[in-house]
Amino acid sequence: MPEPFRVILFIIFVMAFAGLNAAYLVWCERKGAGHIQRRIGPKEVGPFGLLQPIADGIKLMTKQLFLPKGADPILFMAAPLMVMVPAIMSFMVIPFSETFVAREVNIGLLMIFAFASVNVLGLLLGGWGSGNKYAVIAAARCVSQNIAYEIPMLVTAITMVMVTNTMNLNEIVRSQAGWFFHWHIFRLDISLLMPVAFLIFFVCTLAETNRAPFDMAEAESELIAGAYTEYPGMGFGVFFMGEYANIVIGCALSVILFLGGWQSPVPFHPAGFLGVIWGLFWFLTKLYALIFTVIWIRWTYPRTQFYVLLNLSWKVLIPISLFNLILTALQIKIFPWL
Amino acid sequence: MSGYFKELISGTKSLFIGLGITGKYFMEPVVTMQYPMEHVEMTPRFRGHIELIPDEETGEPKCIVCGMCQKGCPSKCISLEGEKREGVKGKVLTKYILNFTTCSLCGQCVESCKFGALRFSKDYNLASPRKEDFIFDLIKRLKEKS
Ligand code: SF4
Ligand code: SF4
Repeated sequence: MPEPFRVILFIIFVMAFAGLNAAYLVWCERKGAGHIQRRIGPKEVGPFGLLQPIADGIKLMTKQLFLPKGADPILFMAAPLMVMVPAIMSFMVIPFSETFVAREVNIGLLMIFAFASVNVLGLLLGGWGSGNKYAVIAAARCVSQNIAYEIPMLVTAITMVMVTNTMNLNEIVRSQAGWFFHWHIFRLDISLLMPVAFLIFFVCTLAETNRAPFDMAEAESELIAGAYTEYPGMGFGVFFMGEYANIVIGCALSVILFLGGWQSPVPFHPAGFLGVIWGLFWFLTKLYALIFTVIWIRWTYPRTQFYVLLNLSWKVLIPISLFNLILTALQIKIFPWL
Repeated sequence: MSGYFKELISGTKSLFIGLGITGKYFMEPVVTMQYPMEHVEMTPRFRGHIELIPDEETGEPKCIVCGMCQKGCPSKCISLEGEKREGVKGKVLTKYILNFTTCSLCGQCVESCKFGALRFSKDYNLASPRKEDFIFDLIKRLKEKS
């Protein structure tokens, strides 16, 4: 396929994937919340409430895009896009299957982290630009939270880069070929703390994407809707889509770094087109299992207090991830043949 | 230092226990009722507004218009009338109006009816924005039910 054609197709695919995910993860979230609380969840619009996201979308789109008094018009309007656009761009380097990746960038991992840090900037500007005190408080909290959790996340990511010797996401996945115990989470020979590293990474993903129990950006019970307080209709909708896209990115990254990406748990990989589907199947299975866990966690734990949240990062996650970094370095140096 | 690790391990463990509980709930069947589509059976001792008990054979109210319920009602919310009819022993009930807006569901009327012609109904879907909707014609309601 000619290159420009391929890129356009991928752009369409990625936007559709992000949009559909945002729409249907909301549905999954509500269904999951329902069943965890032993209710049914959405069920009126369409079979099993499957058309609910469309109804929600239409409702959001028909609302007036109201600019509150005292808000900064440019920042206020730009902020949702700053959350949404980088999240969608990150999809460009995610390897969905061996050859099913828009661009195999050598520094894919770095790129995703670079884009991910724009997310918090969007929240900060949104909170600041809407000129609402709750939004500003939420934005400030959000920034300190993101700074705190970016450190253990990056340290863990560096550990993984040290293990795999590359920042190319597809290469990282390729290095986990074979049986499922070749996935990094089970590679105790590389680092004894691998499962812990995965946990740290996963917790940081939750915190970075502002998911419960770390949803300080929203904190309905104390800050109305946090940074989103003043946002009407689709402004809020775009924030939400960005947030869900970020969750997908975060989980995809966890899957790629620790759970073997598109590798199947058995050493079997058909060639050609079938192989692409096979890889896609395993990648999406792991991805959605992890996303389900994220939803599950949200409806299990209450929101933490802010200082507990910062304590967790500075007193627990950062020291352990640093220790893991040193341990991995030692293990790689001392047992280089492994 | 050992306290730090102890707390860490017990904390992590408790988090997983929490996930286990909600995970179990997720698998279990739902317990809520889809109210407007489904209705819950009221318990035997539930007190709805009073209703007339029909005679099993004729389907007409068993009431013989003795007026005890009307007298016994502390809120004066029952008004009834009867007439003599040819070929029928005793009186026949022609009007039985319950003003449910003032009824306190005390049960005096049911107690004072010595002929077993009154009971509490199980109706609870009675919301209405108009006061007149709570002036019940119990004979009409009985006909509608059968
Ligand atoms: S329940 Fe009490 S208040 Fe109501 S009609 Fe009977 S006697 Fe009157
Ligand atoms: S007490 Fe019973 S029998 Fe007498 S009028 Fe009332 S309902 Fe009829």
